[in-house]
Amino acid sequence: MEQTKYLVVGSSHAALEAVTAIRMHDPDGSLTLLTRDPHLPYSPTVLPYVVSGRSAPDAIFLRDEKFFARQKVQLKRGTALKALHAERNAAELADGSEIAYEKILLATGAAPAIPPIPGLDQVSYHVLRTLDDATKLNAAIKNSKQAVVLGAGLVGMHAAENLVKAGASVTIVEMAKQLTDGYFDAIAAGLIEKAFTDNGARILTGSRVVKLAPSSTGATLTLENGTTLEADLLLVATGVKPNMEYLAGSRVEHDRGILVSDTMQTSVANVWSAGDCAQAKGFYTDAKIMNAILPDATEQGRIAGMAMAEDPGLKKYPGGVPLNTYHFFGRHAISVGSSKVPEGGEMVTRFDEATGRYLKAIFSADNRLTGIYGVNEFFDGGVMCQLILRRIDLSPVKERFLANPLAVGRELMSKTWR
Amino acid sequence: MGMFGGAYNTIAFDANKCDGCGDCMTACATAKTGTVDQSRSRIQIVGSEAEGFELALCRQCADPKCVTVCPAAALTKNYANGVIDWNADKCVDCLLCTVGCAYAGIALDAGTGHVAKCDTCDGAPACVPACPHDALTYVTTSRIYNEVGDWEDLFAPGLAGCQGCNTELLMRHTLRRVGPETVLATPPGCVPGMGSVGFNGTTGTKIPVFHPLLTNTAAMLAGVKRQYKRVGRDVTALAIAGDGGASDVGFQSLSGAAERNEQILFMVVDNEGYMNTGMQRSSCTPYGAWTSTTPIGKGPGNIPSQGKTQDAKNLPLIMVNHRCEYVATASTAYMEDLYDKLDKAIQASKRGFAYLHVYSPCTTGWRFPTDQNMEVARKAVETNFVMLWEYNPTDGLHFTKPVDDPLPVTEYLKAMGRFRHLSPDQISHIQGKVVENLAFVKQMAHREAV
Repeated sequence: MEQTKYLVVGSSHAALEAVTAIRMHDPDGSLTLLTRDPHLPYSPTVLPYVVSGRSAPDAIFLRDEKFFARQKVQLKRGTALKALHAERNAAELADGSEIAYEKILLATGAAPAIPPIPGLDQVSYHVLRTLDDATKLNAAIKNSKQAVVLGAGLVGMHAAENLVKAGASVTIVEMAKQLTDGYFDAIAAGLIEKAFTDNGARILTGSRVVKLAPSSTGATLTLENGTTLEADLLLVATGVKPNMEYLAGSRVEHDRGILVSDTMQTSVANVWSAGDCAQAKGFYTDAKIMNAILPDATEQGRIAGMAMAEDPGLKKYPGGVPLNTYHFFGRHAISVGSSKVPEGGEMVTRFDEATGRYLKAIFSADNRLTGIYGVNEFFDGGVMCQLILRRIDLSPVKERFLANPLAVGRELMSKTWR
Repeated sequence: MGMFGGAYNTIAFDANKCDGCGDCMTACATAKTGTVDQSRSRIQIVGSEAEGFELALCRQCADPKCVTVCPAAALTKNYANGVIDWNADKCVDCLLCTVGCAYAGIALDAGTGHVAKCDTCDGAPACVPACPHDALTYVTTSRIYNEVGDWEDLFAPGLAGCQGCNTELLMRHTLRRVGPETVLATPPGCVPGMGSVGFNGTTGTKIPVFHPLLTNTAAMLAGVKRQYKRVGRDVTALAIAGDGGASDVGFQSLSGAAERNEQILFMVVDNEGYMNTGMQRSSCTPYGAWTSTTPIGKGPGNIPSQGKTQDAKNLPLIMVNHRCEYVATASTAYMEDLYDKLDKAIQASKRGFAYLHVYSPCTTGWRFPTDQNMEVARKAVETNFVMLWEYNPTDGLHFTKPVDDPLPVTEYLKAMGRFRHLSPDQISHIQGKVVENLAFVKQMAHREAV
């Protein structure tokens, strides 16, 4: 049986950060990286830009073969993990072979969650999670006249914008009352919605598809209120679910994702997990949450790698802070932290309708920043995140901070953690 | 090079010198955007007159977060020059890098709609010469560390020096530079105390080392060198001695070896006292300084003692008067300068006597925090308390780091505890000596070479 000291499963941000962290502390221990994707490592986040044609599919890779050779990493592409036999430290692959590991990281990410709508399995539709999905969608967009996007999360919105720009008539169907629910608040979502409708997209929020059927153009969708939509291109972007089927029969505890400790360790010895498939504690609550965003994947991957390599510099995970950036029709939206106003806390908003600039800042009762959101209002997201994580007291500068979060944030940074 | 590459040149900022004029931002905006719009500058001065100015600038991190959170492989650490490169063709304007960076080192340029960051202008940063107050400097010493890093470390892996002492730096760098074909003399002092003479029957260096008396270092080393010459081996004969051993009891043998123009390299690590034996004064201890033998307080017979009452002997100038092949002063705060002089001294020692005098702030004996050694060394030069110059008989004496606009000497004195008790009269005496010493060395520098 093949043997390796470290087995990293997955090849996106969490996995790559773990590889880096392991190699910083253990330059020689045998390391194998296993991915079911046939390609070199890439980020799911870049895929909307492959769809739009802005990113060339061969120019998005985060590492090349040389990197793995240099770091003495055995790269196994196009090989999925089928089952984890944690009781005997072995990973069973899709082809039935096994790899014995000393330590394993499950950074297997997530896959599109397909809603159980009657008839969906009868029509052809796109999803967007892998590079192959993206190149297929990129080709299909060019021929689409009438497209429907199910789901108004960031993946769906990105794709919808590309379809609009390619000249298709686009309808976005979203169950929630607003676009980008969970990422941005109602005012920001309103600005996003306006940009889309100004560019000719049709937005149906608070709508549910109840039935699908094949048609001459592609598919006919029936909404809850009886309306029907014709689609020659259907994109299902209604969210993701962690890839963790391989856990069946193992004793690794999982809930919505794989449950991990402050050092990304699972309930079973020698098994760690990080990234979109992991469920770790939140920054605002000790409850374990899914925080499937790129910056958190790198953070978790780094911690997992350090823990696996027994790096004494390991610091415990501070808890997931939501961080999102969204670029739409030339505008920017950024959200850092929680949108929930803590007890006794305060929410301050500033909205200039003429310029479309919107700022929302949320403070705790003792004047710590807990969340900040902006559309066309630029501030350093990384600085804001540190203000939140370090629980910096903003009492002396609150007014100035609200007037100019960019300058005051930098001032605080240079005084506090330079 | 490991995971992080080597050492790199870097833009350094001295907040104490910045008055917030913004000339650096104008220079950057001009160079990078063709406008004078300071908001588009990649170097951002933040803060206020009242609270002091600080800097938001890409730190070209060794382990950069912006690179790890970029989904498009548009940011890469360039291991050749250390800069984090931004690839416009790959960037998708997602701004995740701005969320990753905790230092506001990469930010949206509203003028282009893309992120922008410092690229050090390909090694000639426009902001640095634009600063009218020298608050920005482009530090280029990385070359030394990369080069020296490849040479063999000839000193013991561990040592018994005080925390924050720069003598380890000096030992390792010097031994790496002179290389294995060297025989080393280390008379009693901090250097053997740190371990050069070894432990448990083994030496603390990977080259032959011996432990002469304070009095006979130069004489013994000269003899050893002559014996090597007799048997036809070309070795560098190196002494690393303290100021006490060189300027006081060891002076006659030092002077004699210089007068005979023996082919040795004599390095003095000047920490201005007998520091390893309990911080007694030496003839290199400056006026007013506290030492254990020049105490503060009520002296014998109720004559109050206020530190040393004599001025320091200027040993390197005395060595110039031996017309040695090479004499120089150096400071670990100016490593490029030190290296240049070390190279010249090694070469000179093949012809005759070479003397290198290195100022070495002592955290323990001078009473300053252990992280301040380089700062104290730098302040000594910036106030002209010590002067960096070199001499050879052909070219005479010249300054290598002339300080045209020196800080008041109090900037140096207040950086450490040994001068804390000084009276205004003592301070003005020291300031007067600085001016007098400068004038004296300048006079020598102006003299025609002999």
